[in-house]
Amino acid sequence: MTYYNIQFDKNGCLKHFLTIEGLKRQLLIDILDTAESFSGVTTQSIKKVPLLRGKTVVNLFFEPSTRTRTTFELAAKRLSADVLNINVTASATSKGETLLDTLHNLQAMHCDMFVVRHDRGGAAHFIAQHVAPHISILNAGDGCHAHPTQAMLDMFTIRRHKKEFSQLTVAIVGDILHSRVARSQIHALTTLGVNEVRVIGPETLIPCEAETLGVHVYHDLREGLRDVDVVIMLRLQHERMKGALLPSEHEYFRLYGLTEEKLAYAKPDAIVMHPGPINRGVEIDSSIADGPRSVILEQVTHGIAVRMAIMSMVLSAQTSSRSNPEGEIN
Amino acid sequence: MRLRIINGRVIDPANSIDSVQDICIANGVIHAIGPSLGSASRDFTADREIDAENQICIPGLVDLSARLREPGHEHKATIASETRAAASGGITTLCCPPDTAPIIDTPAVASLIRNRAIAAGYAHVVPLGALTQGLKSEHISEMAALKEAGCAGVNNASRHINNAHVLRCAMEYAATQNLTVFLNPEDYWLRNQGCMHEGMVSTRLGLPGIPESAEIAAVARDLILIEQTGVRAHFCRLSTARAARMVARARYEGLPISADVSAHHLYLTEMDVSDFNSQCHITPPLRTQRDRDGLRASLARGTITAICSDHQPHERDAKLAPFSATEPGISALETLLPLSLRLVDEDILSLSDTIACLTHQPAKILGIHAGTLSIGANADICIFDPNHYWTLTAKTLLSRGKNTPFMDWEFKGKVTHTLLGGKIVYEWMG
Repeated sequence: MTYYNIQFDKNGCLKHFLTIEGLKRQLLIDILDTAESFSGVTTQSIKKVPLLRGKTVVNLFFEPSTRTRTTFELAAKRLSADVLNINVTASATSKGETLLDTLHNLQAMHCDMFVVRHDRGGAAHFIAQHVAPHISILNAGDGCHAHPTQAMLDMFTIRRHKKEFSQLTVAIVGDILHSRVARSQIHALTTLGVNEVRVIGPETLIPCEAETLGVHVYHDLREGLRDVDVVIMLRLQHERMKGALLPSEHEYFRLYGLTEEKLAYAKPDAIVMHPGPINRGVEIDSSIADGPRSVILEQVTHGIAVRMAIMSMVLSAQTSSRSNPEGEIN
Repeated sequence: MRLRIINGRVIDPANSIDSVQDICIANGVIHAIGPSLGSASRDFTADREIDAENQICIPGLVDLSARLREPGHEHKATIASETRAAASGGITTLCCPPDTAPIIDTPAVASLIRNRAIAAGYAHVVPLGALTQGLKSEHISEMAALKEAGCAGVNNASRHINNAHVLRCAMEYAATQNLTVFLNPEDYWLRNQGCMHEGMVSTRLGLPGIPESAEIAAVARDLILIEQTGVRAHFCRLSTARAARMVARARYEGLPISADVSAHHLYLTEMDVSDFNSQCHITPPLRTQRDRDGLRASLARGTITAICSDHQPHERDAKLAPFSATEPGISALETLLPLSLRLVDEDILSLSDTIACLTHQPAKILGIHAGTLSIGANADICIFDPNHYWTLTAKTLLSRGKNTPFMDWEFKGKVTHTLLGGKIVYEWMG
């Protein structure tokens, strides 16, 4: 089915990066290894490599974002690409232009890669299906579906601290139902072969038949955190309080907010992660967010190297498919 | 024109006919039907003879739900374009829901639709009147006037009726007018923002789900009100096995109810959405394989007595967006018969029972004289070649809506002739 194949070109190289689901373990490891080689670049005093010189990357954001957009922009610039930032919520769609119209207009400007964020699940797939064949799509978050670069930078961060995935128990805490980050993390963790993935939250925030994703569901934070190596806290959107899903921030924090007392159930060397932006006092206590076990700011730093890795891999597939028009498999 | 159809295998479930017979047609009605070379056939002088050897002659299909998009949405389709497509699919009677623009809540709109269908001349169109004025679920409609204008029943299309008091009053009033209430059972609040079945696939795709309970809670409420009001009611487009079981039990207890299912709900499941295929964005949603099997079983047991197309043609742009931003529905007139015939190949239903679900049983639900080949009945006839394989393509699809998940599927069973009132309205030039 197109769903699994659309991410690859005819040579089997990664052409679009839309979802982790369906990617092979070795490919994820290649991404992490490539990111490792780029992480040196980002700390040098001259932070540029010429890999994407002459390429144009468009950050096409249909939904507001600061961190993701900024790190994509930095990643592209450090690879020497030209970067165009387009905030579509404020321009075209408010004038009634359809998504495809916007796309075709940008395509006419001869760009090489679109980094897309959209509030509808499947938007990145849709764009990848309809874009001109020489353009690559990177999914920077589509609805509640996927946020694969975030998941990869989280895997990178975990590997930096924990080395061997197969020994790990990872807990993801909070609003799993609406979280594209959690979905991509679950696919990445299960593909990389971790020992166990747990999701923890009230039933109203756990998607139905969540076990089919390959996770264990816990409703009690203490029980779920017992002996875990990695704790991933998810952001709780303020609008979730408006509906019937949760009674109050107060009760949520009491049951699912991460405090020193609850973190004590995890392994002593457990790390605490969060995709940000964090709500202090809602899902996480400040003392933990700023504490020694928090790797939250490291995640942001790693975001640049991981996005550089994915961009360079995707654009090198573009180059190789052009120099190899017969479609031989390398 | 006097017509004779010879050598065809005639299947007319209403009259328990399944044998090779000749059909003689005069003045737009079935004049005689009998064994080949029998006296009735021999003595009939025909202007034209159709040789239906190795073909099957059945009553023209009666489709309980087809959006024709006229008036109001002519950019999607028109009565002329869709009735012509219906004729090519062997359908001679179409029932159209009231959610046109303007809505069918006045006799004028009902008459306009019927007159345009008559002018087009491809199929009979039977409108359903609005259950509530403007389908707003506040005031009941002028049901007596709608009935006089030819509406076969009343329906609120897919607009939810959240106020059970309004629904109860509408049912009581419809019962007074001896009108069938057609219900599309779905609870508005449980549906929430959902765009596909809530389950394994919606969890994977992160798309908002419509739980099974959205349908069964609505069926439960509606059954209570049907029992209290005594109205004759029909459940449109069941999508869950559990709702079908509830209808079966209520029928067993004697409630005057019936139910239908769309042909695509008998084939597709939530899995077909798994690549964000907007052609499978449908309301009610495609559900689990267990539901699909349960719906098939309900059809076999006779709980569900009609298969309809639930035809919803769209312009190309309506499906060109991320899944949840697309418009729901399938262009389905031309796949109704071949999809239904697959039930026979898969041993779910006999051929005769399948034809019954497409002809006299839906006609009975509508309370109209159609769907049979009785002497004196309108000569609405479909002739098809049961062994002809063909592939559905955008070019061959006559409907203006090319939105179908069955594009490029191979089907078995091809309509070769469709007769409406004794007139050939479709002839395959294969």
